[in-house]
Order: sequence, then structure tokens, then C-alpha cells
Amino acid sequence: MAKLEEYIPIVGQSIIDDLRLLADKLKGKTIQHINSTSVGGGVAEILSRMSPLIKDLGVDAKWDVIKGGEQFFEVTKKFHNVLHGRPEEVTDKDFEVFMETSRHNIESMETQADIMFIHDPQPIALVNKKSGNKWIWRCHIDVSNPNKRVWEFLMDFIVKYDSAVFSSPSFAQKLPIRQFLISPSIDPLSEKNMELAPEIIDAVLKKYGIIRNKPIITQISRFDRLKDPLGVIDAYSLVKKYIDCQLILAGGTAADDPEGAKVIDEVIEKAKGDSDIHILLLSQNDIEVNALQRASDVIIQKSLKEGFGLTVAEALWKAKPVVASNVGGIPLQIKHKYSGLLCHSIDGAGFAIKQLLNSPGYAKRLGENGREHIRNNYLITRHIKEYMLLFLSLYHPEEVVYL
Amino acid sequence: MIKHRQAKGPFRFSTRLHLSELTGLRATTLSQFVTLIKEVPGSCIYHHTHRFLQQHQYLSPEPPNDFAYWVSEILGEDELGENLASIDTMEFSTISGLRAKITRTIEEYLQNNPMAKLKFARSGEEFHFVKSVSFILPTDYVAYNLEDFVQILKKITIDSIYFHIFEARLRLERSSNDFSFWIEDSLGDKLLADEICSFDPYTRTLEDLRNNIIHIIEKRILE
Repeated sequence: MAKLEEYIPIVGQSIIDDLRLLADKLKGKTIQHINSTSVGGGVAEILSRMSPLIKDLGVDAKWDVIKGGEQFFEVTKKFHNVLHGRPEEVTDKDFEVFMETSRHNIESMETQADIMFIHDPQPIALVNKKSGNKWIWRCHIDVSNPNKRVWEFLMDFIVKYDSAVFSSPSFAQKLPIRQFLISPSIDPLSEKNMELAPEIIDAVLKKYGIIRNKPIITQISRFDRLKDPLGVIDAYSLVKKYIDCQLILAGGTAADDPEGAKVIDEVIEKAKGDSDIHILLLSQNDIEVNALQRASDVIIQKSLKEGFGLTVAEALWKAKPVVASNVGGIPLQIKHKYSGLLCHSIDGAGFAIKQLLNSPGYAKRLGENGREHIRNNYLITRHIKEYMLLFLSLYHPEEVVYL
Repeated sequence: MIKHRQAKGPFRFSTRLHLSELTGLRATTLSQFVTLIKEVPGSCIYHHTHRFLQQHQYLSPEPPNDFAYWVSEILGEDELGENLASIDTMEFSTISGLRAKITRTIEEYLQNNPMAKLKFARSGEEFHFVKSVSFILPTDYVAYNLEDFVQILKKITIDSIYFHIFEARLRLERSSNDFSFWIEDSLGDKLLADEICSFDPYTRTLEDLRNNIIHIIEKRILE
């Protein structure tokens, strides 16, 4: 794991000095993160990179994971989908399953830290164990248009928290507690984002039988309907009519996502007969993701809904031109026509990809602007700073705080 | 020499870090927009007229403030967007003064262009009001003379410069930026203080601003 000092060449000494100043103000406080999976998905990835750095700053933080069976995760996946606005029926039985597992976790988990930091809906009910300490609910998903029944169910827990955190202003709800905007981040020193030697990139392409004889369009995402992999194939087909190119759809599934296998089958079926579509099932191999992104000419993120869309930040950090849907946290990362292209449809995505492939100078400029935007706003050091400010805000309700 | 003249009191650099607090308030039309601008806390007005300075610090010229951006890019009211973008923030010493000017600009535009009331943002593109919560921390950097001061200016964070130039003047309602105040009050150099004060910091990037202040002070030291 990287040490804080290693970030100085990327963000500058003074940023690290500020982190140390803040950490000093948190001396003596204990922090406990809780989420639902230790691997797979953006939340686990951020926590695994962030926890050692926060410890390196001298802040006493630990990370625990709730337990749950297949049934529980099927229910929470359903919650996830309907909170994103997808129509699915949620039954009384689903709420019972959720509460049954939650009760077990409430009984078995220690929740005595000064600041309890609960991520997403799966562990939300743990707040029923609150006893004099501070609790934060961190919502990583797009709840701009949530299913009313599930949101009201969650509200019974949310109101017991001291603060809530969302990734985009459009996710804000009318709440009786304070709510903050904190975007997630990428780690420039992780295997997924560090610089790679050309030989490593070539080796990964060779492994998957990809030849760089035509432009590469790539979407890196879990195989999840909300990432619209089928729509990506449609957009690619529109481009392919005019530009001979190839498409990489690469990703894995998370431990808490039982639906992934079905989606993969549908994608394979749709891609049948086109040898220029490469469907790659990666099992948590970050170097390979990094290499595929760096080998790409255009990166696409055609999500229908998105909590934040960290793959966009990853691509921009590699100075790649990106075409992405105008949903969730993506417009925070891409200023249209300045640091990437935003789209609202399959046709729009296809058109934007053609523009970029036909204008490499423009594509390069967008990518370079994107990298600077990520450096200033979406690296892990900014994220750690805001989390520490959030912790301090629990003890300082005023709008101008003198520390 | 001014370079070594000891100040009456030292200048301690502070830094300002901020968190964005969500309000859950959103506007779809210009009428809702102006109503909410009148009602939201001053920290919202401050956030939306200053956020871009820090978030897009590498862009020159910077994008306009959030209000102007939404009115132009989402509602397509370019003229009002231009009017809002060109409000001279330096003219106002309080947030309430700035708020009144923004409100007046929108209301006058609506009076002259009643059709603009019919425009609305599509779903997902509403204006979301956000508050800025500031955390002010003293740093270990202290200057006792102009030479110390300029050396520290070269290495402190952009957040520290931001605090002493923007936040101190408008949000904390001090009469001038902190640098000019100290240079005049503690070093007795009114000329240099006025020169720094006469900058319009809103039309340059923070790094440009830092370099300009360093340049002026170094020139003064050599005189």
C-alpha cells in the first residue's frame, strides 16, 4: 500500500500538510466504517485504499463488513434497483428478510466507535444500536428518483443518523438531518491507475487476443443492466458502419450482485457473430483494467443510472477522451465539450464516439483537460480531507468553523 | 530596506477547507430560482458565486459562477447568463449586497422578458442549492517581514491564498483582503497594500493570482 509521502509528487506537499493538520484535530476519536462487501464495486475499493492512508495520518479508523446470505443480498440488490428508479415489485417478505439479517448483524457487531460511518442501504439498520456516539449514513447510489415505499422504509433509519452524505447535488432529499455532498475518488497510485510500462499493456492485449490494428472503444463496468452493456453494443454498431473499430466490454460482478450472470449471458448473445467485440470477464484484476483503459482510443460509460461513475474518473486520469451518459455524478466529472462528451441516448453516444475518432486532436485536448480536472477534484487525498472535515462537522454545527 | 523591515505584528497564514452541505432545495424555472435566491442562507450565495474559483482553478478564464452557468447552459437565457456572469463581485463587501444585486438582475430581466418565465429545466438538470461550510485552520507559517512573507506565499496551498483574498473580505466582511491589511497596518506600506487590493481576483486563476502577488512584492523588495 502507498504511503502518504508518495502522493506529494502528484498533489504537492501543501495538500499533505493540510491532511496532517486536520488529522491532528481528530486525535483521540475512533472511526468505524461498515459496508456489505470487502471486494467488488466502488465502495469496497475506496475503503480498501483509504483505510491505510487514514491510519497513516494517525486517525484511529477500522473497517468491518456485515454478514448476509444470498436471500438478503437479493433483497438489497432489489432495493438498489428500485432506488435507482427501476420498476420492480418489493414485497412485505423482502422487508422481513432485510430486517431478519439486520437483527443478526445488530446483535453480533460492535458499534462503539466515536464515529460510525455506515455505507449504503445494506447495513443501514445498525443505527438502531446507536448509543450516544455519532452516526453518518453514506449513500453511494443515485436516489434522485427513488421508489417511494423503499425510501420511506429507509427513512425510518436515516432520521436516526446525525448526518447523511450523497455523491451528487441531485441526490439530495428533504431531510431533518444535515446532508453533505462528498464525491468519491480514485487512487492515482493503485494498480488500477498507476502508470504502466508499454510492455505490460501489450501483454494484457495479447492475453485477450486483441490486436491494435483498429481503434479500440472500451467500457469497463460490472455486468449490470444499469450500466447498459447492450446499449453500448448498439452505439458501437452505429460507429462501426463508418469506422472500422473494435469494442471491449470488460468487467466482473460484485459479491453482493446476484444478477450479473444473467446480464453476461444476454451480452454474449447480442455480440454473437462479431469478432471485433471482446467480452472480458475480469476477476478483480486491476492491472488488466488499467492496461485496457490505457490501450483504448475512446472510453465509454453509457450508464442508465450511476451513483458516481468512478470509471469515468479513471479514464480521465489516464487522459483518455470519454463519452458518458449525463447521469448521476458523471456531469460533475465531465464538463461537456471541455473534458469529455456527455450523451443522453444510444444515438448520441454513437455520434460522440465518431466525432472523437475522427478528430484525434480534439479528443486529445478533452483527455488532457479531464486529467487536470481529476487531479484537482477527484483524487483520494481530496476525499480523505473531506471525510475528516465531515467527522469534525459532527462536533461543529456552525457554517464557519475555527479549528 | 522594506525587505527586512520588521512588522509591528506577525502575519500568521491560515488555510480554509470547505465542505459542501446540501439543502434539498431545487429550482426548475427562473421564478422559482429567484424566489429561492432570496430565501437561501448567505452561505449558499457564497458557494455558488465562489465554488468555480477553487474547483476549476486550472481553467483560464474560469467558467462563470453557478447561477450564470445554469441560466445560460440549461435554460438557454444567454443574455441573463451574461448579466449574471459579469456582476462585479469586488463591488460588494457583504454577501447580502451581492445577493440583492443578483436578485435585482434576474427580476429586471424577467420584467423585460416575460417569456423567459416559461422556460424550465428538464428532469435531472434542476438547479440544486448547496451551502458552503468553511473550516479555518492556522498553519505553521508565520511571516515577520516582507521577505518571509513572499517566501511563504510561494509554498502555501492555494486554499490559504483563497482564504486570505476572497473569504476574509466577503464572507467574514473584513474591509480589505488580509494581505493588504497586514502590509498597510503592520509594515506601513500603503502603496503596496493598495496595489494588491486593486486586483480583480475574480478574473484570473488562483495560481495566476499567487504569481501576480509574488511578482508585485518582489518588485517592491528590490526598489
